[in-house]
Amino acid sequence: MRIFTAVVAIAAGILILGGYFFPAFEGMQALLLNWAVILAGAAALVGIFNLVSVHTDKIRRQEKGSVYSALLLISLVATFLFAMILRPNHATMKIVLSGIIIPVEASLMGLLTISLLYAAVRLLRRRADLTSIIFLVTAALLILGSATLPFGNMPVLGTFVGPWITQVLALGGARGILIGVALGTLTTGLRVLFGADRPYGGN
Amino acid sequence: MIELTIILVSAALLFGITLWKRKSPANLREIPALTRLHRTLGLSIEDGTRLHISLGTGSLLDARGGSALAGLAMLRHIAERTSVSDKPSVASAGDPTLGLLTQDTLQAGYQAAGVEELYVPTSGRVTGLSPFGYAAGAMNISQNENVSANIIIGHFGPEAALLTEASDRDNVTMIGASDELSGQSVLFASTQDSLIGEELFATGAYLGAGASHVASLTVQDILRWLVILALLGGAAVKLVGMI
Repeated sequence: MRIFTAVVAIAAGILILGGYFFPAFEGMQALLLNWAVILAGAAALVGIFNLVSVHTDKIRRQEKGSVYSALLLISLVATFLFAMILRPNHATMKIVLSGIIIPVEASLMGLLTISLLYAAVRLLRRRADLTSIIFLVTAALLILGSATLPFGNMPVLGTFVGPWITQVLALGGARGILIGVALGTLTTGLRVLFGADRPYGGN
Repeated sequence: MIELTIILVSAALLFGITLWKRKSPANLREIPALTRLHRTLGLSIEDGTRLHISLGTGSLLDARGGSALAGLAMLRHIAERTSVSDKPSVASAGDPTLGLLTQDTLQAGYQAAGVEELYVPTSGRVTGLSPFGYAAGAMNISQNENVSANIIIGHFGPEAALLTEASDRDNVTMIGASDELSGQSVLFASTQDSLIGEELFATGAYLGAGASHVASLTVQDILRWLVILALLGGAAVKLVGMI
């Protein structure tokens, strides 16, 4: 079974990769990608069942925070039922999205601002080295440079230092990191294609 | 054709170097975050505490899948080592397909350790389908399930700060890596040791996942030098006015 899954996965990978270079494989590539999208949709349902079973288990064992698990399950079932009856495009369902989900995510984003500020303040205590100092000084310069002041942009910082850091230093560094990530992604993909890494059906 | 040549050359290098690395021991530079990860693994087994591995929201159907696959390779190794612990590791994902593979990988780790009967399917979880929803669900695991270390490796944006903040509050060790620039800067600012850039893809090699992982680091180094030479060559050619 393991050999069979590996052969199927490697063959699918080669066909999809081949579709980017050889027109003869394009039809097969599109077909396999469509299957993958359908399977991903089915996986979403499996993911939801997994979520339900984890939280049901928590409630059954009366673990710490099981009240939140109960709240999650009630909300999940109610939203699912209403969406099935009213359809997802109904005005009530849009209110659920724009009145509950979006504000909750926005408030988490708000919390993030405080968390990041707190992390920056504690950075030197956690790791007092040259890179931390450069990180904090750069962040401070950029914040000062982009601050809205009554008389306009901060002279030099806002007009020269800030843009130079973001357009030259940061952009160069970011491209370097992204090239590294791309090379890592390439070799990881090749390992999966060779069957050296098999995140499906065991190793 | 350039892309195909790069892929074929990389594949040939990976294949050849993997065969070579099987015979010679790996010689890897020290990365503090990965040394810490090694130590944390041992300590969690001795302490009887749990590790929480977050694989992020990377989908396997797009370009973010690379970091997810690297996270899965690491998870496979951690699952094998911690499967006999009193509190086995828990893994969370923010994408349904990644969630399925998380469960499969955990099970493979238990199989490899010879204790498949101890595997619990709910130890691999999908905690949310949006980045913030996922982070909120993953925070819950780290706070309520006797977790001694959070290892977050995969695709994370700024929402990683919520996880690091929760770890900080509960004095839980945090080791993080992301393929996203905003996630990397957040992890750099809020964790003691974070992995930058391609270091994310080195976790398997450092955890002893096999010769192919060590070989892929060598291939990355070779390709990086080729990119550097190409950049310098391009700049020189432009300088002399040939292009």
